[in-house]
Amino acid sequence: MTGWIDKRALWIAFLVAPAFLILLTFVVYPLVNALAYAFFDWQSTVRGDFVFLDNFRDILFKEPFATWTRQAFTHNVIVFVSLMVIQNGLGFLLAYALWRNLPGARFHRIAVFLPVVLSTIIVGFLWKLFMHPLFGLVNQTLRAVGLGMLAMPWLGDSKTALGALIVTNAWHWIGFPTLIFLAGMQRIPGEIMDAARMDRDNEWSIITRIVWPLIAPSATIVFILTFIGSFNWFELPYIMAGIDGSPFGNTDVLGLYFYRMAFGNQSAGTTDFGHGSALAVLTFLFIAVVATFWTIRLRRREIEI
Amino acid sequence: MSKLIRAMVFGLLGASIALPALAEDLTFWNWRPEDTAAYQKFFADFHAQNPDINIKFQGYEPSSYATVLSTALSGGQGPDLMMVRAYGAFEAMAAPGYLMDLTGKVPALENFPKTAVAAETLRSDGKVYAVPYASQTIFVMYNKDVFDKFGLSEPKTWDELLADAKTLKDNGIIPFANGTATAWQNETLTFGLGSSIMGKGFYDDFMAGKATFEDPRFVEALKSLTEVKDYLPDGFTGLDYPSSQQLFTSGMAGMFVGGSFEIAGFQKAAPDMHIGVFAAPAKAAGDPALVSVFYDGGFAANAKTEHSAAAVKFLNWVASKEFGQEFANDLGNVSVVPGVEFKSPLLGEVASLNQQSIPYMMLVYFRYQEPSGSVLLQQQVQKMMAGETTPEEAAAEITKGIATYYKPFQK
Repeated sequence: MTGWIDKRALWIAFLVAPAFLILLTFVVYPLVNALAYAFFDWQSTVRGDFVFLDNFRDILFKEPFATWTRQAFTHNVIVFVSLMVIQNGLGFLLAYALWRNLPGARFHRIAVFLPVVLSTIIVGFLWKLFMHPLFGLVNQTLRAVGLGMLAMPWLGDSKTALGALIVTNAWHWIGFPTLIFLAGMQRIPGEIMDAARMDRDNEWSIITRIVWPLIAPSATIVFILTFIGSFNWFELPYIMAGIDGSPFGNTDVLGLYFYRMAFGNQSAGTTDFGHGSALAVLTFLFIAVVATFWTIRLRRREIEI
Repeated sequence: MSKLIRAMVFGLLGASIALPALAEDLTFWNWRPEDTAAYQKFFADFHAQNPDINIKFQGYEPSSYATVLSTALSGGQGPDLMMVRAYGAFEAMAAPGYLMDLTGKVPALENFPKTAVAAETLRSDGKVYAVPYASQTIFVMYNKDVFDKFGLSEPKTWDELLADAKTLKDNGIIPFANGTATAWQNETLTFGLGSSIMGKGFYDDFMAGKATFEDPRFVEALKSLTEVKDYLPDGFTGLDYPSSQQLFTSGMAGMFVGGSFEIAGFQKAAPDMHIGVFAAPAKAAGDPALVSVFYDGGFAANAKTEHSAAAVKFLNWVASKEFGQEFANDLGNVSVVPGVEFKSPLLGEVASLNQQSIPYMMLVYFRYQEPSGSVLLQQQVQKMMAGETTPEEAAAEITKGIATYYKPFQK
């Protein structure tokens, strides 16, 4: 008996080892390395003195870095909250409409998911063109219907730039929460819904009392992914607003700020792996801690309701 | 046929025995893959004079060049010869000791402009590590055909510049093609339009540690910039750099504030357009009109190269008038080698404008450390052009940011 277990354990170890090694080399090692980088002073690609927590202190408390860090973080929070409302809220309503088989549901099921398949580069450039101040579709349309006074440089105005990026992101990704919610709804047993409809005829109370609690596992996945995505947001602002988070930092997020800091902005700055790594480590810790605790909470909620 | 084969075999054998003894193969890297043909021609000329040295060209994509080069050098895999940038980006390569110290090795450098050599000198040890190759000028480029059509001439005062702009606008031409959405465009705008208003006096006082960017002359330059807002394209705050270039090359706009590095691209995109250049004037007639100048980069050798004698030979060659002339003719660059004559009249004009100039200050002095002067200026001017800060506030923020590490600004 014990011999059989040993053999089995050996087999498992043999099968797991390659994956474990890959994980160790390409995930754990870089992570630990970045953590180590953050404690040193860097002269371009050469590691300098051990400075312990100086890099972290600079980023969090030394001006103007502190203001920039705060600003980027605030934008990430705004992005997260907005995407929760717009992307996931609308996604839920869309999923419900598709599930109830409203007219045109089959067509829309595909249409809603289509943008998700497109690459972020394409979506970013397309929407940047749409929002071009002179030739963009948005402004041209506004002018054509006599609303020319509403035409504005969407990506160049500090009041609209971040909003424009959020709308683009929601357009791109809305199919994803929709799909997950729809899958969750389709798993709800028909008897429950029949019983619910006999019991009450108020659609809203069916949504809030029956459907929403029963798709809690889907909500958990969508929420956590939105959270991680919002705080790692990089591609879309990079493509549409540029590496500086134009205009004057109004679209700056932690991802852009990190990239600028670590690798240097070709036309303005210098490379600084120390401060960049410190920022990356802080971002990683924040995401890991919040995501873990929130997942635990959401899981508990799944069981409660 | 068999004779031919035999001849070839013998030939190859002979070559394979003779070559290793005679020739040295050196590698050369830069960030201009589009100039491959030109560099191969240069290297062929060099080879004709030095038959025992072969140089192999390898171009990399510009935005990743610095990373590729520093990674290769730190891993001991770098090229024998290479192009490096200037100022802060140059120091990133020179400070770790990757580059060959050129002290006493390239005598021609003695006659180079001092500011050009300074751009390739490591501040910490005062040694030169690269042979500078070209200067770039920040000024105003204009569409001569459009100017002629409306009877405009190169302005001699700031008010004349604004008057020219107004005429263009009244005739449905966008006066300036520039937008501010791409951050670094704000820096070219500031020095392309404001250098004469800042003036040499401001620059000298700054160098003497007597003036910060809160100096009234610098603030005045920023203020003047806001006067141009009416003459930028509609929605200029959302207009990015490529769109600005297109507005100019398509003839929709009459002027483009930018660097001499644009000229080659503009001429390629609009071969029929006649481009003129001028230094944006000062407020008062008679005050000198200044352009803003910086140096682009230099040729350097690997400190650990096995062919150091050949590398030094090459560096002396790129410091020669002969190479400078070829470089200017074939690549349209304002070579810094003394005595080079410019075949293209436009290039000659750029070179003569350079005689009255101040440095492109943020790049030349404040791109060594974060927060870099460029980052601060670009952000603040972008904000000012959007009407969300005043010239005074912008100047104060720029000064405050630089003062975190620059002693003369720390009161």
